[in-house]
Parts: sequence; C-alpha cells; structure tokens
Amino acid sequence: MGIKADIKLIDDNGLRIDGRLPNQLRPIRMEVGVLERADGSAFIEWGGNKIVAAVYGPREAYPKHVQEAEKAIVRARYSMAPFSVDERKRPGPDRRAIELSKVISEALESVIFVEKYPRTSIDVYIEVLQADAGTRVAGITAASLALADAGIPMRDLIVGCAAGKIDGVVVLDLNKEEDNYGEADVPMAILPRTKEIALLQMDGDMTYEELKTAMDMAMEAAQKIYQMQVEALKKKYLEVE
Amino acid sequence: MNERKGVRKIVVPGELIKEVGKPGNGVFVENGKMYSAYLGIVETRAGYVNVIPLSGCYIPKKGDKVIGKIIDIAPMNWVVDINAPYYAPLHVNDVPWHVDFGYTARYLSIGDVVLAKVSNVNELGQVWITLKEPGLRKLEGGHIIKISPFKVPRVIGKGGSMIQMLKEYTGCRIYVGQNGMIWISGSPEGMITVIKAIRMIENEAHTYGLTDRIKAFLEEERGEENGN
Repeated sequence: MGIKADIKLIDDNGLRIDGRLPNQLRPIRMEVGVLERADGSAFIEWGGNKIVAAVYGPREAYPKHVQEAEKAIVRARYSMAPFSVDERKRPGPDRRAIELSKVISEALESVIFVEKYPRTSIDVYIEVLQADAGTRVAGITAASLALADAGIPMRDLIVGCAAGKIDGVVVLDLNKEEDNYGEADVPMAILPRTKEIALLQMDGDMTYEELKTAMDMAMEAAQKIYQMQVEALKKKYLEVE
Repeated sequence: MNERKGVRKIVVPGELIKEVGKPGNGVFVENGKMYSAYLGIVETRAGYVNVIPLSGCYIPKKGDKVIGKIIDIAPMNWVVDINAPYYAPLHVNDVPWHVDFGYTARYLSIGDVVLAKVSNVNELGQVWITLKEPGLRKLEGGHIIKISPFKVPRVIGKGGSMIQMLKEYTGCRIYVGQNGMIWISGSPEGMITVIKAIRMIENEAHTYGLTDRIKAFLEEERGEENGN
C-alpha cells in the first residue's frame, strides 16, 4: 500500500496518529432525509469523510433491455467530487469508481426485496464531498439509510466498516495517513442482524490470522454503527412535535 | 384516542417485532421470528401484525381511485403517470368519449390531470386504468400536491372526518387519490390553508391526537382571515 515512509503510525503508548486506540472508530454523525427532491436521502460524516447518498425509485427501468422480468435492478453510482481530495480529481467515473459502484450495487441488492418490484430499477447515488479513507464503507452505510428513508423493503440495514493493518498491528477504521502508509486495508459490509458479509475486499498483505482479527473487529464495530443508524432513522420522525 | 399524546412505535428494516400475531403486510419471517421490512410503524389488526411504511412509492391495487397526469399520447391510448413504479396506459375504450383512431390529443393532452380508477393489475406490475365510471373525469383548474401514499388514510381520516373538516373550513373542493396525489380547487386563501394543513398532516402522521391539532390550526387560519 502507498509509499513506504518513516512515519510512525503507532506511538509508544500504543495510540494512533489521531490519538485513537487500535479498536476505536472515528466520530460518526448521520442524518436522514436531507434532500427534498430525492425519494430518500442521507448524509454521513465519518471522521473527515462527508458523503451524501440519494435514492430514486423503484421506477421503471430504462433502457428497456436492462429490465429484469421478475425483479428490480439496483444501480448504485459512487462518485467523488473533484474537490473531495487534496489534488483535484478529474470528474467522471474512473476505473476505481466503476468498480466500487459495481460492488456497492451488489452489496445493497443482497438486502433489498428486489422480487417485489419487477421491471424496475432502484437508483442509488453516492456522492463523496470530502474523502478521508474508508469512503466506500461510509457510502454503503449512508446508502442503507437512504434506502430505508425511501421506503424500500429490506431484510436488514447494511453497515460498512473497515479494518486494516498499520505498523504490524491490526486496527479498526483507517484514516487517510494510515491508509496511505499502512500495510493493509479490509473494507467490509455487514448485515448486523445475521452477521452476514455483503462485501469483503482487501488491499495489501495480511496473514490469515490477522485477517480474522480484522474481520472480528469490524464485526464488533458494525453493531455500534448499526445503533447509530437506527437512532438516525428514528430521530427524523421523533423530532416532530 | 383518549388524549394519548406522543409518537407511535417506529421500527427499522430488519428489526425484530415483539408483537404477537400472524405475519401481515410489511413483515417477513425468518427462523420463526418476525422482522420488519420497512421503516414504519407497527400495527396489530384482526390478529395480523402489519408494518405500515412511513414513506415509499404507491403500489396500484384494483379498484383504487387515483389521480394521474398524462405524460404521452399514442394513436389508441394515453400514457398516465400515477406516481407508481410503472406508467399506466389509458386505452380509448376506457374513456367516456368516442375517440377516432389518431385523435386522442383532442380529448386529453400532455399535462392534463385525470381522476381515474385502476381497472386491472397483473403480477408483472402492469396497470390499466379507466375513466368509464360515474365520478371519474378530467380535472380542470385547481392545484395538485403530492404526499406519501401511506399517509392518504390520515388525510382522509376516520370515515372521512379529516377531509370533511378541511372542506368545511375552507370551502375548497378536494379529491384525494389513493396514490398520494391530491387535487384542490377553491379560493386562493382556502387552497393555501388546505396545502398547509395537508403538509402538517404529512409531517405528523405518526402522532396521536392529530385531528384536534388540525382543527385548532384551521380555526386559527379562519380567525386570521376574518381579522383582515
């Protein structure tokens, strides 16, 4: 991963660059129903990440040849704003965005009752406004809230969470420096109720045991994020007097 | 509704439902346990446990009266947007006029709004609507607003109480389609009041004692008008 540097990612007290413990998440804030025009929407701030997700549909799928006679198709689009990173990113889908769009679509499809809406498409737009590592998992977390907000039937919410390895230690939820100069990054999407895995990727090297520890860590954190998701969803409706 | 204030219980997708009963709408069963499929409120009725979604799109049902907008014209039919996942064709045989082949645009043009009935739905989601029934017609003038179709019962109220109250207080004519489209016609002040009231109902649909609050709101609005 990245360039080898002489940065010390874990100090002598065992704390990380931003003062977190190895199994500590960055601060997360979620908000549901932020957009007026979309059928469902959510905003998430996850450390330095700022991401908006919007859902349209189910609506008739066009062009017609992409329709599936017995189920809805889920089309997620992950895109990064040109100003989301240090150096201006060329706008438009690149190799990475296309890949992430595909894996996110598949992860989301696994929780939606697609067979309820034949011939339709459910479109999810994930816009990264500010990136600070772990955008795909934050994007999935926000997309799941937006889907629930749009009133789409789902088996469960879906939680994204990443773990990784820095300076030989397995840690949870890498930030940008750790992602760039660390050894491995394992983004995961988890269904918190059944503890099923909807997405698992790995960038870098890890032993089998390290991977298992990382997955357990993410699994544990997923429950915490799930609680935040539930809170965010219920808050939208409880605030009304 | 004996002064029960507060909010109904809200569940999120995948949340375990503790109420006992047979699984109804909006819930699914896994390993003998019931879970909610929607973000909604739990309701037990006639031994069935249902989850009523707080948002979502309209799923057409046979016999529903809906308000739709003409979005396309073909020689033998119109295409109507009824706020569902699928567009509904309105065939010339299903309108009360005699329409010659190719003259569809003379009767209904793009942007017109109709009050129609869902005549048939199949398992593929295809929908057919009709205008051939008393009371169904093209809606002229007025104003259209959209709400979530799941909140239509609240706008109508128990036995039509809410909608009756809105009509009485403002003197507007109101049609509520099952698909969440509402057509309002009347004096400009009255229409503004109705729209405000409906938005209020929409935002507070999951709370108790709503009718009383809407009544208070309407009284207040009427008071202001008289004051001027």
